Amino acid sequence: MIPLSHYLVLGAILFGISVVGIFLNRKNVVILLMSIELLLLAVNMNFVAFSHYLGDTAGQVFVFFILTVAAAEAAIGLAILIVLFRSRHTINVEELDSLKG
Amino acid sequence: MNLHTLKAALATPEMIVGFMACLILVAPLYMRRETGIRLAYSLSILTLVLAAAHVAMHFSTGPVAGFNNMFIDDPMSDLLKITICLVTAGVFVYSRRYNRDRGLDSAEYYVLGLFGVTGMMVMASANHLLTLYLGLELMSLCLYAMIAFYRDDKLAVESAMKYFVLGALASSILLYGMSLLYGLTGSLELSVIRGALAGTAGDNVVVALAVVFIVVALAFKLGAVPFHMWVPDVYQGAPTSTTAFVGAAPKIAAFAITARLLIGGLEDLHGMWQQMLIIIALLSIVTGNVVAIAQSNLKRMLAYSTISHMGFFLCGILAGTDAGYSAALFYVIIYATMSLAAFGVILYLADRDHESDRLDDLRGLSRRSPWTAFLLLILMFSMAGVPPTAGFFAKFSVIQALVNAGLVWVAAVAVVFAVVGAFYYLRVIKLAYFDAPETDIETPAPAGAGTLLTVNILLIVAILPWIGSLLALCADAMRQFAV
Repeated sequence: MIPLSHYLVLGAILFGISVVGIFLNRKNVVILLMSIELLLLAVNMNFVAFSHYLGDTAGQVFVFFILTVAAAEAAIGLAILIVLFRSRHTINVEELDSLKG
Repeated sequence: MNLHTLKAALATPEMIVGFMACLILVAPLYMRRETGIRLAYSLSILTLVLAAAHVAMHFSTGPVAGFNNMFIDDPMSDLLKITICLVTAGVFVYSRRYNRDRGLDSAEYYVLGLFGVTGMMVMASANHLLTLYLGLELMSLCLYAMIAFYRDDKLAVESAMKYFVLGALASSILLYGMSLLYGLTGSLELSVIRGALAGTAGDNVVVALAVVFIVVALAFKLGAVPFHMWVPDVYQGAPTSTTAFVGAAPKIAAFAITARLLIGGLEDLHGMWQQMLIIIALLSIVTGNVVAIAQSNLKRMLAYSTISHMGFFLCGILAGTDAGYSAALFYVIIYATMSLAAFGVILYLADRDHESDRLDDLRGLSRRSPWTAFLLLILMFSMAGVPPTAGFFAKFSVIQALVNAGLVWVAAVAVVFAVVGAFYYLRVIKLAYFDAPETDIETPAPAGAGTLLTVNILLIVAILPWIGSLLALCADAMRQFAV
């Protein structure tokens, strides 16, 4: 039996990797979108682990909703990405700097 | 289980708005473009007014839970819903001409707006982490799309991307906090979470971690310092019609989620989140008011002003008393009205090839358009908190709650920087009244929006006779909520 803490540590590591991915990545907006997906999956890991160890299904139902919302979010993110590429011909994060102050 | 045991009737206003949004999405496809847009516009205004009227007629007398305790109808949620609907209807009226001039006019603008409103109303009534999250995401996804609406504008698309990434990050942080709360308490229902946390000691690391995650996510969503980076970019980059939407109703929804989580769910950990909120609120008030002075773009200046107003509103929450909560509720309602009016003025002054979003565009406004200049004067006084405007009473009640809660030093810092902030509000008045006009463009006068703008701004002053009843309403709502 794998203890709960292992799952939580895995969730925390995934969460950390994706937050670092968002802040360190200076090249590509697509990688930002991937990091966002990973963030949500890290949370799902937590919810499923807690749900299993608490013997309560509500956490797993929550995961279904998170997955659905993540799909909608990815759709909107990619749509914005395409519009961004059309207007600027680049998806380099460092070049998105026309708004400052 | 049937609709009666679910008490589905509690969600009638949400259903009205959601259903009409679906209808407005489809109906214009069967008509000529112009007719379709006109229909979408009038139907969405009608929907919002209808939903507000429905809430007002069935105004709650005490909390009633439905949908297996996932949804709750209490005086606070009703007050928030009425404000959300009316403010959004105002945004639609103001932005009509602006959108038409720029070819942004389409039924989808109203559809996204209505779906966003549905999300906000669900948030206002959420009694469960799942409802809260779904409402938040429904609102956020609509906002991202509305900002990117101006597809040909580089700034709009860039700000949409920035907002999207930071918004999604904030949602994930919130979810992580929620998952920790679920693990700690074994429930997703806010009242159960509250009961389960009542006995926990303040030195529990996991509880502290959950609270930190939730407070950080809320600060992101509110746009409070140090998580405010997206606010100025979004305000400046988005088309003004969308900025008006982002600046008004979502602030009320932000109050709803803050109240539901911090007061409804975590009030017993008040000592823990109070410390964090003091830092966040004071940083917001200081940064917002100081950086706003350096801005030359009116929308960007209003963005920093928002940051400082959000700091003030958090001051009410962090006081941790019923008086503080009701002051925060009153503040956010007044702020949404003022923000709506401020962007209403910018939208009113903009014309086909002139955004009129630079401070210099306001030079000599009193000579070009004396009535608009006068309205702007009242509005800026109210934002700065000069009596007898509503903005003064909002600030006053927050400060009073802080002092009564024994946080005199927080109140002192807030007041000092509110005075610093008065500088840039008064500069707007100086530009409008004492500077020579840069151009001699005649300000166009669209009738409908102008009348509403007058009503909107005069309301800020005319609130004086019945300010007591609004304050009493807020106090009653928060007393029933924070039992």
